[in-house]
Amino acid sequence: MRRKIRTFWRIVHTGIVNFIRNATLAIAAMAVMVITLTIVLFSLITNATFANTIQQITDKIDVSVFLQDSVTEAQGKALTSELQKLPNVKSVSYLSKQQALNSYIQQNANNPDLVAAATESGNPIPATIRVKPKDLNKIQDIKDFLSRKDIAAMQTTGSPSYSGDRKKAIDNITHATNILREIGVVAIIIFALVSALIIFNTIQMAIFNRRDELTIMRLLGASTWYIRGPFVVESAVYGFLSAIISVLIVNSAFVASSQALQASSLGLLDINFASQYFGQHFWLLLGFQLLIGIVIGSLSAVIATRRYLKFKTK
Amino acid sequence: MILLDRVTKTYGKSPSPSLDRISLHVEPKEFVIVVGQSGAGKTTLLKLLTREERPTSGKIIIGGIDYDKLKDKDIPLLRRKIGVVFQDFKLLPNKTVFENVAFALEIVGMGNKEIRHTVPKVLDIVNLKGKERNMPMELSGGERQRVAIARAIVRQPRILIADEPTGNLDPKHAWDVIKVLEKINRYGTTVLLTTHNVEIVNKLKRRVVTIQNGKIVSDKAGGSYTLGNTDHRKA
Repeated sequence: MRRKIRTFWRIVHTGIVNFIRNATLAIAAMAVMVITLTIVLFSLITNATFANTIQQITDKIDVSVFLQDSVTEAQGKALTSELQKLPNVKSVSYLSKQQALNSYIQQNANNPDLVAAATESGNPIPATIRVKPKDLNKIQDIKDFLSRKDIAAMQTTGSPSYSGDRKKAIDNITHATNILREIGVVAIIIFALVSALIIFNTIQMAIFNRRDELTIMRLLGASTWYIRGPFVVESAVYGFLSAIISVLIVNSAFVASSQALQASSLGLLDINFASQYFGQHFWLLLGFQLLIGIVIGSLSAVIATRRYLKFKTK
Repeated sequence: MILLDRVTKTYGKSPSPSLDRISLHVEPKEFVIVVGQSGAGKTTLLKLLTREERPTSGKIIIGGIDYDKLKDKDIPLLRRKIGVVFQDFKLLPNKTVFENVAFALEIVGMGNKEIRHTVPKVLDIVNLKGKERNMPMELSGGERQRVAIARAIVRQPRILIADEPTGNLDPKHAWDVIKVLEKINRYGTTVLLTTHNVEIVNKLKRRVVTIQNGKIVSDKAGGSYTLGNTDHRKA
């Protein structure tokens, strides 16, 4: 046991000493790892930011149910609470004729003609139930419920309003957001895979440069792990430091951008949110980066050393 | 101690074998010199003994270990029992002189205290006192050779294989190295030495095995360099 602990510390110690002695190679390997890890980190944050933007867009979408003037407020509220029970409904709000009119006036405040038209001829705006769906893809449930005969009878013609122009718009947005989400996930997976390959390649090169050492140690009778261990430790150190540097780079990028840019977003990329997301998930992201850096680094070392440690079989 | 029975080694699809049915028996504590021209098969022989290469056919038994029955995971254990001085030294370039010698002890799990005690003694034997902290790059060829010897003998192996250990040394240092080998041999280590150096062979008056074209052409106790004047490769 004592001997094992001693051997373990020797491996760690040798790994760190090698890291220091191979400074130039270490810096070259780490530069590559820092770049790839930074890209992964950026893609993670960007994906979260896009997801947030998409969420904001879909949050604004609702289905408006226009009620006949003959429907009483009690009936309207009853329908509201029934809608609330549907599984795909996030929230429902009931607007009486007056509230609906107020809302209409507010929305069209800069268009006095429309406001005048609405107010002068009595109140033409019907009482409205606004339904926010949880998932735009499953909006059909709500549609089916609203087209039930008894419920359809309560509504004005042209209700519910997703079925017209807005139906098309909702479909488009749903489609677009679905694709964006998929692209985000696929992009992260691709970046992570490419990073893993690049890191593996870098470490393989570094070990290739020192393959003589491996064969010498082998000839002297060192066991597989006594030879491999220091390389694994060294690569883990690369991964560890690269992860920290990549997080620092992203951090300073946010600090710089928040100072330099007046705008809070670049197109779809909401920098404020991204920065906030990074701040809130700092430890998680750092942990994730450390995990990729260290795991991929050391795993690469294990795989890359394998071929130089094989014994001749022929 | 070392037993080779009709050992043949053919590399790849080479038409002629590097070693052709070699049989050799070395007793414990014996000092054997293997001579032969470059390409005769000396280095192949040593590579077979350290299990760096496997024979195409034939049997090798060293210190009671039958190489046919040796599992891969036991090869390191075998190599720890054999000290080897390689022709090209094979020093670890990223380690200091001290660390290179200490490495041989670390892999057998020796404690730091013992290592700090043992290594300077051995470096003293090979005249490298004061060079402990130098890197191999900073040493001359002869000094590197002596580091390699120190590393090979520090574990006090039962068998020491030395491949041209005097190749890069001037006569005085060459003799120092030979004296070290003789000393180890006196302590009970079986020594297998390959050399081109006629003077050393003739002065040592030990068993001389001559290899030519992969075959043992002579094996004489107290022998001399039988290839004689046709080979001018002196140290």
